[in-house]
Amino acid sequence: MNKTVNQKAWFLILPVLLLVAFSAVIPLMTVVNYAFQDTFGNNKFFWAGLDWFRDMLESERMWDALGRQIAFSSIILAIEIPLGVFVALNMPKRGFWASLCLVLMSLPLLIPWNVVGTIWQIFGRVDIGLLGYTLDALGIDYNYTQGFYAAWATIIVMDVWHWTSLVALLAYAGLQSIPDAYYQAAKIDQASRWKVFRFIELPKMMGVLMIAILLRFMDSFMIYTEPFVVTGGGPGNSTTLLSIDLVKMALGQFDLGPAAAFSIMYYLVILLISYVFYTVMTNLDKREDS
Amino acid sequence: MSTVQTKGFLGMPKVKGNAIVMALYLLFLLLPIYWLLNMSLKTNTEILNSFTLWPADLTFDNYKTILTDASWYTGYLNSMAYVVMNMVISLAVALPAAYAFSRYSFLGDKHLFFWLLTNRMAPPAVFALPFFQLYSSVGLFDTHIAVALAHCLFNVPLAVWILEGFMRGVPKEIDETAYIDGYSFSRFFIRIFTPLVASGIGVTAFFLFMFSWVELLLSRTLTSVNAKPIAATMTRTVGAAGIDWGVLAAAGVLTIVPGALVIYFVRNYIAKGFALGRV
Repeated sequence: MNKTVNQKAWFLILPVLLLVAFSAVIPLMTVVNYAFQDTFGNNKFFWAGLDWFRDMLESERMWDALGRQIAFSSIILAIEIPLGVFVALNMPKRGFWASLCLVLMSLPLLIPWNVVGTIWQIFGRVDIGLLGYTLDALGIDYNYTQGFYAAWATIIVMDVWHWTSLVALLAYAGLQSIPDAYYQAAKIDQASRWKVFRFIELPKMMGVLMIAILLRFMDSFMIYTEPFVVTGGGPGNSTTLLSIDLVKMALGQFDLGPAAAFSIMYYLVILLISYVFYTVMTNLDKREDS
Repeated sequence: MSTVQTKGFLGMPKVKGNAIVMALYLLFLLLPIYWLLNMSLKTNTEILNSFTLWPADLTFDNYKTILTDASWYTGYLNSMAYVVMNMVISLAVALPAAYAFSRYSFLGDKHLFFWLLTNRMAPPAVFALPFFQLYSSVGLFDTHIAVALAHCLFNVPLAVWILEGFMRGVPKEIDETAYIDGYSFSRFFIRIFTPLVASGIGVTAFFLFMFSWVELLLSRTLTSVNAKPIAATMTRTVGAAGIDWGVLAAAGVLTIVPGALVIYFVRNYIAKGFALGRV
């Protein structure tokens, strides 16, 4: 759509700017403040320069957490995106069953995150949970508080359970926007199922899939509550993801300087990757408009 | 694709592959929820001493405990209070902003839009401590409005994003005609434009509700007693005598109910909303 140039539009944006300045810019400045200062208590602060950043960059703890975080985000993206598309392709197109599927699939998305954790904590317990009990009865050694693989499997399956529907709903919305004429043309050309997917459905879904990848990447990179409730970051540190580590550092040990430096680097990584996704996304939008 | 059933192997009705895939996926989604529901209807003795697929000794005591104990049900009221406040604030500021982004181009509009989005990308863990200090210093700690404002961090950008997508779909000629007819901006916006994007506003409200309702890290950090959300109240079940599993499960089930209710009303728009109005 052609937009009119109008600088007065700034007045319409003003309320948002003020609110976001209060709820984002001020707190962020506090973080920046801490990142460059040191304190011995009593509210006396000293300039620390880039010391905290150097400390954090050299600390194995942060690199380990970052490594785990990247592993976690990559694994869940690699499972959820294809699975979500696959589910969307199998959903009924319209009518009662389509509505029912939509409602049931949205259900996990609206459960408070710590309740999601609680559900899986219970579900996976060997003594009272269906999953744990069944695996145990099958003779599989499964204990998510003690075993490294069991803990990782649990938080990954939990995330797949929680968020695959989001990808599926987005892909479904993309599929709905394909006119029937496209399918009829494909039928006349006797295109195979795979070709229909590859040359009609996939290109039409690209836009929404980018949104799905962007949302899932951002949210999985800052995940905190669900794995924290289930494993508490354990066993040992094996499921301590970035946010869990950060909260431990900032609110648990009150190491403000390192935690603030950590926060800023964490934020910058997310911004950088999201910017790449966002640029790709807006370019796709433009290509579709023209 | 039609769901015509044809006769398959040995004259059994042949079910389409699609239906099987969906059934399996829905089973995977619903099984953990069913297990929670199942546990909430059992007594603790049954939960701990026998493994049963459905409650043998059906009881509603767990729910009674929650609904009659003020320290439990105020958790729900607190959560509701800040969620509603957040919805009102976010919509009030996001509506004009989304209109501006969808209709006008102005100095720095693209950068501003991305900057707003960066707040949606900010990890709440980064903000937990500064928020705690900020709201404590202005005397808002442990109030509903503090949590509502804190949740604006990610909800306002989201609201602007979704609303902008919906408003883009309204033809610009409507604005121009209204101005020619002598409508002032505010009258046009309230009388004509807002009703036109009503479905968009509904969808946005749903998403604001959802993200404020499910968030816990910030709401727990910013409250202690008076505004404590239900999700944080659930830790109460861990007592000296171990965990009260039945009550914990019942509290969990009750947090799912509001979401399940609102989903029904927006079911046909959910997908479009998740696509941020861009389908």
